[in-house]
Amino acid sequence: MIFYIASAVAIFSTIMVITRYNMIHALLYLVVSFLAVSIVFYVLGAPFMAALEIIVYAGAIVVLIIFVIMMLNLKQESVEQERKWFTKNIWIGPGILSVILLGELIYIIASDPQTIVMGAQAVDAKNVGMSLYGPYIIGVELSGLLLMAGIVGAYHLGRQKKKVVHRFLKTAEE
Amino acid sequence: MNIIPFESGLMLAGILFMLGLISVLIRRNIIFMLISVEVMLNAAGLAFIVAGSRWAQPDGQVMFIFILTMAAAEVSVGLALILQIYHQLKTLDTDAANKMKG
Repeated sequence: MIFYIASAVAIFSTIMVITRYNMIHALLYLVVSFLAVSIVFYVLGAPFMAALEIIVYAGAIVVLIIFVIMMLNLKQESVEQERKWFTKNIWIGPGILSVILLGELIYIIASDPQTIVMGAQAVDAKNVGMSLYGPYIIGVELSGLLLMAGIVGAYHLGRQKKKVVHRFLKTAEE
Repeated sequence: MNIIPFESGLMLAGILFMLGLISVLIRRNIIFMLISVEVMLNAAGLAFIVAGSRWAQPDGQVMFIFILTMAAAEVSVGLALILQIYHQLKTLDTDAANKMKG
């Protein structure tokens, strides 16, 4: 039952993500969608992946997108519109969906964990770590390379082109 | 409590992936397209977790960690590209960037 409620919340919030006009509202629903998928992970017997989903997806990636939206400094986002946008019907949708997920979380904590996990068998983080650093060690190293390339690429692409003029040339031009 | 059917988990992953794909196809705002790619990657990871839970193997979760890493690297590079596009074209419309330079 928990699985189906969380699935419905995930699908509904994803539909709300792709139909919003405002980016921040879409990101609000996106966070709710990731939280719902995280509960699905827990129910399927992957508690460590549920934690990673919240930390990396709902935490890091969404915050990164929010920072870039702030850096873009879109023109129509003035203080007046901000006050107009922050009305009740903006946050009531993600709020209700989050309350549903909170109810599921309280139910999970209050009940016996053996009865909640509905997959065939829970795979804990220890087995994942043994597999990750055993047969999949080449994948871990390639992921490290990929992250390094991502950092260098993001720095190179995000750099502002600044025209550097030597001080002698600058005085000569003036 | 009864075991949830294997098919319903895969169906949820399929529906989420389809929603992301639809959003990539119908949206013109480039940030929304990036968000939709994130939704699709998340759905693919969900399919791996469902399969790993079905056969009680850790391989599905290992693949999810790799997908997570790849999504983090992809979103950082993608956002840097969005910043460059916005600085050069002063818009987030993808149709404005339909000409190659040079």
